[in-house]
Amino acid sequence: MDRVLRVANGQGFWGDSVEAPVQLIRGGGIDFLTMDYLAEVTLSIMQRQKLKRPETGYARDFVELVDRVLPDLLEKKIRVISNAGGVNAPACSKALKDVAAKHKADIRIGTIEGDDILHRLDELIAAGAPLANMETGEELATIRDRVTAANVYIDSFCIAEALDKGAQIVLAGRVSDPGLALGPMIHAFGWGREDWDLLAAGTVAGHVTECGAQCSGGNYSRWWQVKDYAGIGYPVVEVLQDGSFVVTKQPGTGGLVNRWSVCEQLLYEMGDPQHYISPDTMVDFTSLSLEDLGKDRVRISKIKGAPATDSYKVSISYLAGYKASGQLTVCGPRAVEKARAVAGIIWKRLEDVGCSYEETNSELLGIDSCHPGIAAPPADPPEVVLRLSCRDTDRAKVDRFGKELAPVITNGPSGITGFAGGRPKAQEIVAYWPALVPKELIQTRVTVE
Amino acid sequence: MKIRLEEIAHARSGDKGPHSNVGIVFGHEDVYKWALAVLTEERVKKHFEAIALGKVIRYELPNLWALNFMLGDSLGGGGSLSLKNDAQGKTHGQALLRMEVDLPDELAEHRLEL
Repeated sequence: MDRVLRVANGQGFWGDSVEAPVQLIRGGGIDFLTMDYLAEVTLSIMQRQKLKRPETGYARDFVELVDRVLPDLLEKKIRVISNAGGVNAPACSKALKDVAAKHKADIRIGTIEGDDILHRLDELIAAGAPLANMETGEELATIRDRVTAANVYIDSFCIAEALDKGAQIVLAGRVSDPGLALGPMIHAFGWGREDWDLLAAGTVAGHVTECGAQCSGGNYSRWWQVKDYAGIGYPVVEVLQDGSFVVTKQPGTGGLVNRWSVCEQLLYEMGDPQHYISPDTMVDFTSLSLEDLGKDRVRISKIKGAPATDSYKVSISYLAGYKASGQLTVCGPRAVEKARAVAGIIWKRLEDVGCSYEETNSELLGIDSCHPGIAAPPADPPEVVLRLSCRDTDRAKVDRFGKELAPVITNGPSGITGFAGGRPKAQEIVAYWPALVPKELIQTRVTVE
Repeated sequence: MKIRLEEIAHARSGDKGPHSNVGIVFGHEDVYKWALAVLTEERVKKHFEAIALGKVIRYELPNLWALNFMLGDSLGGGGSLSLKNDAQGKTHGQALLRMEVDLPDELAEHRLEL
């Protein structure tokens, strides 16, 4: 009988449920657990932490999780693949070794490096990789002095290599999100670098599961049909050698897996579905065949891939000024009209003290903040939330904005409340700059110890 | 009969840089084929005219009875630059499900449970 490889995902982003991975591990019946901690901006935060304290720069939450579940991981022989290494996988590895020592256990940890190119930017530009913005075509020079992080989405074969060398926990930095699931499939089935259909299949499996419960009832259009949201099960894929797989969840968990839940997630953050580019292959999402088997099982097969491109995508972060947002609740007769007046008063007061901004935004939550022009708002709601925001490169002006909200409660129209949590403070904006780099300029290193 | 798209489809949305994408999945192949003619780029652009300031592009996925719409420049800059409450377009799928359409009577049986 064909070997079935079971890969689960217990974390869709940094800040996702801390209980989900524990539930997956204790529930058992899985071979590999993937844990995604990195969003585009996360690496920038980690570079800053590392600059202040060289022993940081990774997802500390992951170390806390391993501390909680290490005996179960070892007993059940579950191997974990995570991008928790951030910009300092060796430091994360050391922290995990300390945890293992506390549990009197010995674990083999694989670290993947080479994705962090912050220190190589000038060298790469000199070598003929302009790192221009993929969206706008702008030269990197326009933001070069404000870059805070630069990481390459490297391919998934480095994950497989770490597993081949016996790693029980694999720590990467910036690998592709679906790659966390594809890596163990390459390792277990021995898929090759030009097995485009198989690599595409593993990438689709990773794409379906990379956002955690978003394929098992989370963010589901017919939310009222989902049973036991509180105990929602995170996804497990059962993969065969030929790349076909079943999306499911552990028995007894809440949520649901059906044709809809999987289709919705297949389309999540999708551009051109026939040319989905990953570091490993190019996937054609219009090729796949989907079959709802019932009982929370959906089978996907016949996926077609095409040769990978000759460049990697680079995620560059840079400082782009400051922003702040604050809210007031406006109540009473004609609340909508009053809230618009309050916004006008606040912006006028700021203008009078010389604070004009590169951008401002006034939104009425409950009226038109998310769907302007689409849904008719209520004619005279009892209350609305006024949300004001501004953005500028001058931090002092953005901080000044934060001081102008509370006064209007006593020196403006009546019936304003809900000003809690203190003055809004200026937040640094870490903006995203997508670019490409030729693959031959990037070398990755895999260490297992 | 006049219905909202929520009666015949599921949708999900998210961000792609400064743009958002809305995937919509229909419950039956015949409904998908009808929608191909009805849910044009122009119609969707008109629906989102106060949100999508750029171009709307449609992709077809006949294998999933689904359409994928890219809503150009719909996030106020996107990512951390955006001042919008829904900076990532997480709710744009729900906005599409509010669209009112005239469903032919012969497709009425393919409506989904509300």
